[in-house]
Parts: sequence; C-alpha cells; structure tokens
Amino acid sequence: MIESTLPIGVPLLLLGGAIVTVGAGLVRRSAAWPITLVVLVLSALVSVRQLLVVLAEGPLTHRLGGWPPPIGIEFAVDGLSAFVTSVVVVIALLVLLYARDAVRRETPEEEVPFFALLQVLLLGLTGMVLTGDLFNLYVFFEISSLAGYALVGLGSREAPVSAFRYLLLGSLGASFYLMGVGYLYVLTGSLNMADVASILPGLIGNPTLTIAMTMMVAGLSLKMALFPLHGWLPDAYTYASSTATAVIAPIMTKVSAYVLIRVLFFVCDPALRATIPVGSTVAWLAATGIVVGSVMAIAQSDVKRMLAYSSVAQVAYIGVGIGLGTPFALIGATLHILSHATMKSCLFLVTGSVQLQTGRRSLHSYEGLGRVMPWTFAGFTLAALAMIGIPPTAGFFSKWYLVLGGINAGEWPIVLIVVASSLLTAGYFFRLMEKIYANPSPSLKANDPGMLARISIMALGAGVLVLGVANFWFVGEVLQPALPATLRLTGM
Amino acid sequence: MIDLFIGRWPYVLTVVLMLIGLYGMLVKENFLKKLIGMNIFQSAIILFFIVHAFKWGATVPVYDHHLGDAVEAYINPIPHGLMLTAIVVSVATTGVGLALLVRIYRAFGTLEEPQVLERMQSRNRS
Repeated sequence: MIESTLPIGVPLLLLGGAIVTVGAGLVRRSAAWPITLVVLVLSALVSVRQLLVVLAEGPLTHRLGGWPPPIGIEFAVDGLSAFVTSVVVVIALLVLLYARDAVRRETPEEEVPFFALLQVLLLGLTGMVLTGDLFNLYVFFEISSLAGYALVGLGSREAPVSAFRYLLLGSLGASFYLMGVGYLYVLTGSLNMADVASILPGLIGNPTLTIAMTMMVAGLSLKMALFPLHGWLPDAYTYASSTATAVIAPIMTKVSAYVLIRVLFFVCDPALRATIPVGSTVAWLAATGIVVGSVMAIAQSDVKRMLAYSSVAQVAYIGVGIGLGTPFALIGATLHILSHATMKSCLFLVTGSVQLQTGRRSLHSYEGLGRVMPWTFAGFTLAALAMIGIPPTAGFFSKWYLVLGGINAGEWPIVLIVVASSLLTAGYFFRLMEKIYANPSPSLKANDPGMLARISIMALGAGVLVLGVANFWFVGEVLQPALPATLRLTGM
Repeated sequence: MIDLFIGRWPYVLTVVLMLIGLYGMLVKENFLKKLIGMNIFQSAIILFFIVHAFKWGATVPVYDHHLGDAVEAYINPIPHGLMLTAIVVSVATTGVGLALLVRIYRAFGTLEEPQVLERMQSRNRS
C-alpha cells in the first residue's frame, strides 16, 4: 500500500466542478457545459493516470484527515477500483460530448442543474468505487442515488412518477445495505473493508453473518436491477431524458455490481463464501433474469423501452459471473461491466438522437432511418452486434468468459441459458435492423446529428470493436492483476 | 421463545417498525404515504444502530477524569456519529422525494397511484 493523494483526485475534482458549475450557471447559463467538459477531461486524465500507477506500483491508499484506518476513513485503490473509476469517467465524458445540444433542446430550463447533478452523480459513483470504508460507501451510494433520482425526474411529464418509484425502491435497497453494514459492525466492531476482511474468517458459521451478507446482497441487487428486483428500471429509463438515460443506464447499475464484487470477493474470503449460499442464489436469479429480460425486450414496441429491458438481461450476465465466482466467470463479469457500458451508452445515444431529430420512438417508425443517418446507425449496428455477442466485438468475449466460467463450475443449465440468450438478443436486434436498413419513405427528413454527438457515437461504436480485438491484452494486463490472488487464472 | 423477547425487546420493536414502514411503502396507494413509509423504515434502521450502541449506566463519550480509561463507562460514539450522517441522508432523500411529488401533482393533479397511472395511460393513447 502506497500513500498517495491520487485516490481522492477524481471525487474532489467533481465536487469542485459541481459547485463551480452552479455558481457560474447563475451568471451565464451556457457556461455549464464547458466547465463540466473541462472537469471531466481532467477527471479522466487523473483516473487513467491512477490506473497506470496502480498497475505499475500496486495499490494506493489515502487517509482522509490523516487518521489511520480502521478508525479513520480510508480511500483504497487497487486494480479493480482504478479500472471501474476509469470506465465510469471515460463513458461519462463521451456521453457529455453528445449532451451539449441534447440537453439544450430536451430540458432547456434545467441546463445548469443538469450538468451540476451529473457531476454530483459521478462524484457519488467514483466515491463508492474508491472508498475503503463500508459506511462511507453507503454515504456515496446515497449521494449518487439522489443525483440519479433528480436526473431521471427531469425529462418528460411521466418522468417524475418513474423517478419517485425509483426513489422508493432505491432507498429501500440502500437501507438494506445499511442494515447489513450494521450487522457487520455489531459482529466485527469495524467498518474498514480490509479490517473487516481480516476479522471475518474467525466468525465462520455465525448465523448473524449470514443475515448481514444476505441483507447487503439484497440491497445491492436492488440497485443493480438484478431480477426479480428490476421493477423500477424500465420505467425510469424510458421516461428520463435521453442524456440522463445514456449516463445512468451504462454506469449506475455497473457500480452497484462492482460493490457486490467488492463485498463478496474482497471482504469475504473463499472459506466464508462457501458457508453462505449467496453465490448460487445470485447466479440462478440472474440466469432467470437473462431470460425474462430478453423475452420482455422482444415484447416491446418502444425502442427505448426495449433497450431498458435488454439492460435487465445484460446486468444479469454480470450477476451470473458474480454468482458463479470462478476465475473465468469473474473475468467475464468485470469485462462485461466495461463492454456493456460501452455498447449500451452508444445505443441510448442513437435512440436519443433519433428522438431529437424526428420525435420517433416506436420500432416501426425506425424504418429507413439507417439510410438517412448512416454514421449514427453504423455505431448502432456495431453496438447491437456486440450485444448479440458476435465476434470480434467486446460483447462476444465477455460472454465467452462467462461460458467458460460456467463450464468450470459445472453449472450446465446456466451455460445453456447464456448461450441461448444470444439467440433471444439476436431476435430483437435483427427485427430492428431489418427496419433500419429498409428503404425510407420519401417523407423521411433526418440526418446525422451535430459533430460532437457524431464523435461520441462513433467513438463508442469503435470502442466496442477495439475492446473486442484488444481483449486478450486487456484481460491479461488489467483485469487479471485486479482480481484477488485466489481467483486468478493460472498459467496465463 | 420468551427469552428471545425479554433480553432483546428493543430489537424486536425496531423490526416491527421496519415492517410497518415496509407495509406503508408497498401497500398504500398514495405516494405521500409511501414516502412516509420509507421514512419510518429508515428511522427503524437508525434506531437499530442506536439501540446497539446503548449501555446501561454509561455516560457520554467525553473523557472524564473521575472515570478514567474504563471503556464500559462510556457509550460507543461511532454508531451515533454514523446515524447523524444517516439522518442527514434520510432528510435529503425525503426532500428529493417531496420535490418529485410536487412535480407529479402539477402534472397530474393527484397523488393517488391508480389515478396517476390511469392519466399516464390515457395520455399515451391520445
């Protein structure tokens, strides 16, 4: 552990950015976007630098206020948290390029609050990832959630209703997590993750521990929208403004998934995990979620809602990886955090652009759009192919690792579901593709969105391909060192 | 069975409070009542932490020369500190929830869930 100020860099930048944005926004409304852009570029640089330092030199820590853990709050960065931080900030930066015109047109009154809230959201999410303290994680959890509810509540007339339901269920999830932390504190007298991890092995077989872990996993699953706790997600994504969806959909559920990995694989050790039947429960629920999410996606006629249900299915892939808990499955889960964030943000940006240009949302009205918006739909097609899992896109490899993990664990039904679900995904995306590249009706007036939006869509689309091609390097250099030593592949 | 309640009745009460809150959130149809249910639920968790930190015959956790270093003479301050934060979080959540309710009321003219859903549907159809 090396003492460094790098871990608090990103959250502090975002906190400062949010305050400056509100202040500058009072004077000039149009200043909000450039300030946010500068802050996010800086945060992206810091997070990538942090990742490189962690990979080269090992984990970093920062003691807030100089108090040593376990009494003080500690920010601890290892490979996994540095990786997830970079994913969060870079995806948000790419979506921000699209956001300038979209926010101005969709929610013109709320431009300043939107960008300020966006930074608060990212502050909460990066804080959740970087902190080494269980209670501090809860506080960041709520910061990100509150900003998330407000962002989802902007947008259409129906948005506040879905945001309110999201708020009720989200608070319930956070409360369950807090209750779990409470039980852990009663048992161990500590809140520092590393400290709790060193105390827990002595408590194997204690029934209170089972209750604590169950409560934490239930709370996190709710925020992660893991089946059957996904009820809030489709409405929230459908009615929110396109930018809000494009930021929240790819990132927020993934950070909850990260916390689940952190709690189950870093705080608990393998002997302890074996005594608590959480893993197999999560794996089976997630496998059901893959099927239910995909089938519901096929049944939708609204494209945005279809993508929302497909998010339920895709998050469930991560759930399967976490539940199986074998080395390959965990690589699959962590790689899917990145690949799904890339493809889903790309897809939501395209549906957002279409809605802004033509006001169309239903599947049938997408007819011929691929001919008049060629660049946009090139990105869309790449991302859709990755969602189905066609090589050499990123989506193929994360599913590949999941299947390998399932085979290692001997869970054949789950392997079958993961493979077969590609067919279901292909079902709803090919139906859409067919419409998109049909001949347009002459009355169709639309073209590619502005330069910035086009850059962000193309960058994400290309990212899907690059990640797929570079995945062996990526898994070997970044993800392998990030996982706990007992869960690394041998001979790779 | 009775032993379970005698030593631990404050914990049993917090669980009862949690269930009341959960009932309000899930069963009541008025959005405001759901929000109140959420508040009750959060209060139950706050009380759970406080009950756990409480000791008979102990005093505030400020160093006292008469008591010295005797640990059992002071109440554990950490859960209290944590719950101060949790109370702030709960107030903020309620604030955001109320703000959303104002927007819902302005858009639909009611806070009854079935009516709001009905009006959402009829708008989508037209």
